[in-house]
Amino acid sequence: MLQILLIALISLLAQLIFPWWSLAIIAFLVCLWRSQSAGRAFFYGFMGIALIWIGYALLIHLRTDGILTGRMSQLLFKTTNAILPLLVTTLIGGLVGGLAGLSGFFVRQVTVNQR
Amino acid sequence: MRYLKAIVVSLIAILVVCSLNRPWGSIPAFGPLLSPFVGFWQNAESVSDSDEEISLDGTQAPVTVVFDDMAVPHVFAKNDHDVYFAQGYLTARDRLWQMEFQTHAAAGRLSEIVGDRALPLDRFNREIGMTYGAEQAMKAMMGDPIAKQIVEAYSAGVNAWISRLKPADYPIEYKLLGYSPEPWSVLKCALLLKAMTSTLASGADDLQMSNVRQKFGAAVTNDLFPDYPDHEDPIIPPGTKWDFKPLNVPKSADTGTIANSLAMNWPARDPAIGSNDWAVGAQKSATGYPILANDPHLTLSLPSIWYQIQLVSPTMNACGVSLPGSPGVIIGFNKNIAWGVTNVGADVLDFYKIRFRDASKQEYFHGGVWKPVRRRLEVIKVKGQADVIDTVYYTHHGPIVNQAGQRGFRANIPSGYAARWIAHEPTNELRCYYILNRAKNYTDYVEALAYYGAPAQNFVFADNNKDIAISPNGKFPLKWKEQGKYLLDGTNPAHDWQGWIPPAQNPRVKNPPRGFVSSANQFSTDPSYPYYINWQFAPAERGIRINQRLAAMQRVTTDSMRQLQNDLYNLRAAIALPKLLPTINASTLINDQARALTILKSWNYQNDTSAIGATIFTEWNRQLNDAIWKDEFDRGDTLLTRLPSFDRTLRLIEREPKAHWFDNVNTRPTETMADVLVSSFRATCDTLAKKHGPIGPAWAWGTHKATAIRHLVPGLDAFSALNVQIGGGSGIVNATTERTGPSWRMVVELGPTPRAQGIYPGGQSGNPGSPNYRNMIETWRQGQLTELVYLQSAQDKNLHLKRKMTLK
Repeated sequence: MLQILLIALISLLAQLIFPWWSLAIIAFLVCLWRSQSAGRAFFYGFMGIALIWIGYALLIHLRTDGILTGRMSQLLFKTTNAILPLLVTTLIGGLVGGLAGLSGFFVRQVTVNQR
Repeated sequence: MRYLKAIVVSLIAILVVCSLNRPWGSIPAFGPLLSPFVGFWQNAESVSDSDEEISLDGTQAPVTVVFDDMAVPHVFAKNDHDVYFAQGYLTARDRLWQMEFQTHAAAGRLSEIVGDRALPLDRFNREIGMTYGAEQAMKAMMGDPIAKQIVEAYSAGVNAWISRLKPADYPIEYKLLGYSPEPWSVLKCALLLKAMTSTLASGADDLQMSNVRQKFGAAVTNDLFPDYPDHEDPIIPPGTKWDFKPLNVPKSADTGTIANSLAMNWPARDPAIGSNDWAVGAQKSATGYPILANDPHLTLSLPSIWYQIQLVSPTMNACGVSLPGSPGVIIGFNKNIAWGVTNVGADVLDFYKIRFRDASKQEYFHGGVWKPVRRRLEVIKVKGQADVIDTVYYTHHGPIVNQAGQRGFRANIPSGYAARWIAHEPTNELRCYYILNRAKNYTDYVEALAYYGAPAQNFVFADNNKDIAISPNGKFPLKWKEQGKYLLDGTNPAHDWQGWIPPAQNPRVKNPPRGFVSSANQFSTDPSYPYYINWQFAPAERGIRINQRLAAMQRVTTDSMRQLQNDLYNLRAAIALPKLLPTINASTLINDQARALTILKSWNYQNDTSAIGATIFTEWNRQLNDAIWKDEFDRGDTLLTRLPSFDRTLRLIEREPKAHWFDNVNTRPTETMADVLVSSFRATCDTLAKKHGPIGPAWAWGTHKATAIRHLVPGLDAFSALNVQIGGGSGIVNATTERTGPSWRMVVELGPTPRAQGIYPGGQSGNPGSPNYRNMIETWRQGQLTELVYLQSAQDKNLHLKRKMTLK
């Protein structure tokens, strides 16, 4: 759980300053530092980023009455359902975070064993 | 094994990130687009009610901006520099992407953004010399201290906004198309004005007319394409005296031998792009002061063409609409005057056949000598591909415009045509608007107009001295009659433009006895005007209808003006149907065709959304015209011609029912007028049934017309307003067609303090994520107007005011 929290918070700070993909480096580093299994590493990365992305997106969505969410949904998915942009945003963010976390775990495996 | 896993998984992660970080063809880069930190989420806006203070480099003193509930900025500055600086800043804040996109388009730079699918358009804009024209205009502006100050301050304001932007703040279109804003420049302001000239003054059918004359001879052409129509009610009331001594008009030169059936792709005039403006004098108004109204018709788009603004400095207090990218108020009012514009439709684009000495195109023949050709290399950057270099050849007439959109065409066309176009003249329209924005009376109005070049406009005017006036105004070449109706000979100096109509001799009328002035793109004057402006203008129906109604009105109010702007009466149908319908033999019609005839007979000529008659008439009008003329004029070969106008067609039906034109030359029997009327009526019903099913509500005019206000990027339906249910149509006072219509409606009551109302189909914000993106469309659709808040000082109270912003 600590890992999820760390990934969420540090990547939040990173994304305020650096490009969006800085989240991958954070997820990678946190799982490199501490992760028990491949599955958990992916889970940490996924959840850490997904939480931040859905949280922030939802906040904007609610604060702006979802005007743009509806129009983007129309544009990208040909439906006005606001759920889709939120869902896809969460999944894409989560996927990148999860893959980066997973890489962190496997690189950790290599380095830990060399010691 | 562990190494392999680490490497493979890391590579997959990197690959996923990289592929999400780049666009794939027209699919945008999803990573940055979806990120709530930098992506589209950041473009979602809510309405702010709180005051703001912004520190900027560039203002000389603090500027106060008050926003009303339509998000219209009312700018209070302590000097002229700051007021234009703030206008640039605020316009960019709301419309940056639109401003840049339009100037990219004008400059032939769209391929940079969207790739090679824009290449034909880019080539075309380069070859017609848009950038060259903008450079000429920039020279004129920079040579005038006032225009220079305005345009530099405005550009600095735009740049002040751009320099604050981080990628997360970019308008959403940049994120979707994957590029970023570049610094604004004076040239871009000029390009924007050229884009308007291109929209309003680049239609030409010189080639089509030459082909027609070559095919049918001069006599037939003169008969079918007369220089003055049957039905007309010109802008300057007939009988108005010309109080000047005209210059000698050049002697007409023979243009008989030019055409060689060239296929050249040139846009014809779009009859749907036109506008209305009028002013009623004090004696006709309920207020005892003049009332002025204007609704310019353009292609309806989002973000909107217009941006509302009030500009206040020690030298002015002007209010109305501006064009994003150009300083000043274009249509509006101040304390003393109001003004509006419609397009003139002057012939200010002509084509000259050029004789080059040889294939190297270094010299061309003119007036008996070989003259050097100037080359201009146009480097077109293409997204994801190598640059394309296009050589454009300039003669003293202008650039050689080759067929747009075709590769290798130069090999087929050994000598091209040069375009002589008003847009290449160094004119200074900003100076005109500078004076108009500050004008106090008729004298100032006349002074302002003298500076105006292109696109020529019918400037309507009213002031609180109770003067009204109208002037078809612009820089008009001094031509012989019909010069430029056909292609011209580029080797013969007699074919050159010989000079200009003096601005003081442009048609103009002040306080005519009828008590109103009006224009709807019809003929500027009757044939008594000593100069030639064009041989054709917009069909006269709108103008006639407006004049009929204005003539009948007394005690005019803002509301009666508003109702006239929304008038749906189809005058063409009212004139034509009583002549067409009796000729139709109803017994030859079956089922739905007979029902269609019944509906048409009982139609009240109103083009409202539920009218089925309007749908049937409009389609029939088109089919009838085609049925009469197309068999002769459009034979499906490469010879580009055009059909006679409906005005001429109606004359044929009224007075020449036995004319051979009614016969379809492609069929053996000889058709009569009655045959053509019935067969085209049947075809109309079949076409509509195929499209909408059996006759019924699906045939309703609003549904059939389905007005669309589209985003500037083709295909972005999510950011468009589709199927807007509104009446009107081509030739109707409320000229809302499928894609075009009143892009702004304004009514101003002059008086001790002016009272004005207006609306446009869009919203102040260009951001689809803003509640102000298209919030005015519904009001516009219903034909309502909203108050144009006119403040005297930043401290003024008004119920509509929302918040303040200070720029310092």
